Amino acid sequence: MCWSVPGKIIDIEGNIATVEHSGVQRKVPLDLITDPAIGEYVLVHAGYAIQKVSEEKAKFTIDFFKTRGKNA
Amino acid sequence: MLKYLDEYRDAPLALEIAEAIRGLSTKPFNIMEVCGGHTMAIRKNGIQKIVGENINLISGPGCPVCVTSKVDIDKAIAISQIEDVALCTFGDMIYVPGTKMSLSEAKARGRDIRTVYSVYDAIGFAKKEKEKKIIFISIGFETTTPTVSAAVKQCAREGISNFGILTLNKTMPAALREVLSEEESKIDALLCPGHVSTITGTGMYNFIVDELGVSCCISGFEPVDMLKAIYILTEGHEVGEKKLANAYERAVKAEGNKKARAMMEEVFRAASVEWRGFGVIPGSGLELKDDYAKFDAGKIFDIDVPPAEETDRCMCGDILRGKLKPIDCKLFKTACTPEDPQGACMVSSEGTCAAWYKYGEL
Repeated sequence: MCWSVPGKIIDIEGNIATVEHSGVQRKVPLDLITDPAIGEYVLVHAGYAIQKVSEEKAKFTIDFFKTRGKNA
Repeated sequence: MLKYLDEYRDAPLALEIAEAIRGLSTKPFNIMEVCGGHTMAIRKNGIQKIVGENINLISGPGCPVCVTSKVDIDKAIAISQIEDVALCTFGDMIYVPGTKMSLSEAKARGRDIRTVYSVYDAIGFAKKEKEKKIIFISIGFETTTPTVSAAVKQCAREGISNFGILTLNKTMPAALREVLSEEESKIDALLCPGHVSTITGTGMYNFIVDELGVSCCISGFEPVDMLKAIYILTEGHEVGEKKLANAYERAVKAEGNKKARAMMEEVFRAASVEWRGFGVIPGSGLELKDDYAKFDAGKIFDIDVPPAEETDRCMCGDILRGKLKPIDCKLFKTACTPEDPQGACMVSSEGTCAAWYKYGEL
């Protein structure tokens, strides 16, 4: 339906970012993103960046089970 | 290490969550995974096997290739026959059978049909090949539609006039209401599509919980993501609580992606469109607004294709509705294989039958 992969913005030129994912770099239009910055991670779907990935929230999913998973 | 991926493929953690789910689950629980990406990831990672007997994971209508109707495939093939047209499409669409042929057969007969990874690649062709009319087959849900909106706006801005789209985009709410409102629907909860939700936000699912009484949990696509979502849904199911939850917080914000939605709403409006296996669902698709009508392949060309004949032996329709599983279809693994697909669910890389064929039936 809509595979997307998280990639790191390593360069921005105008409206186009260079995004790296597992060593592969691709030119990605930023039309759908606000305030992109180098070093940030974005989800890339069908060639476009569709959302930023939140570092803080990413940790939450893992920690979710460190507390809850064990007590079930 | 693949950041934001490998952490969620941690097998010991996944098995620990699965054990917690089995410990929690005491009664039958039917969960529909709406998205074809989830269907494939569930089968690939053997999620059904490890969550226990009570939990039954059912595939839904969330594969944009699978829900494309035969008549829409015939329209694409008709466009490919027009002189100076180069038809661009996502790869999976190539093998979906139309009434007389598929796009791959039309390509084999010499038509200019190109598979692309992005509509952005199709714009590249339009810039380089002025003599060609570049037509993109625009399929997809709320995740993909903003990319096409951005492309259409770019062409309008840059005066690229030899570009157009065949709009086959669809939206989720109306189809989900249709599936869940069926009398014999036995679906207790939805595993909701993570990447559609990055665009729509979480509010799109409120009516499903509040009006239809079906719990929703938004999920990512890695094993830990999906198991977390199933865990949250099972918690609610065991105490009879209907709720909306977001288990994919790293990518899905409650408000979604406003910029992408605004772009979609500027370029497209709702339309009633045909879904394979469903027929026409009111307000379930999109069409270009008048300001962008010059990019509408349906208006650029006079495409007239007869109603398509659906083979009644192919059960894709009922599989997309979650009523049947691939093993209930007589054609599955006999007349219908990836090499000779009879229906779209076997063709698409996110199709239910393709997933079952590749990764096994349980």
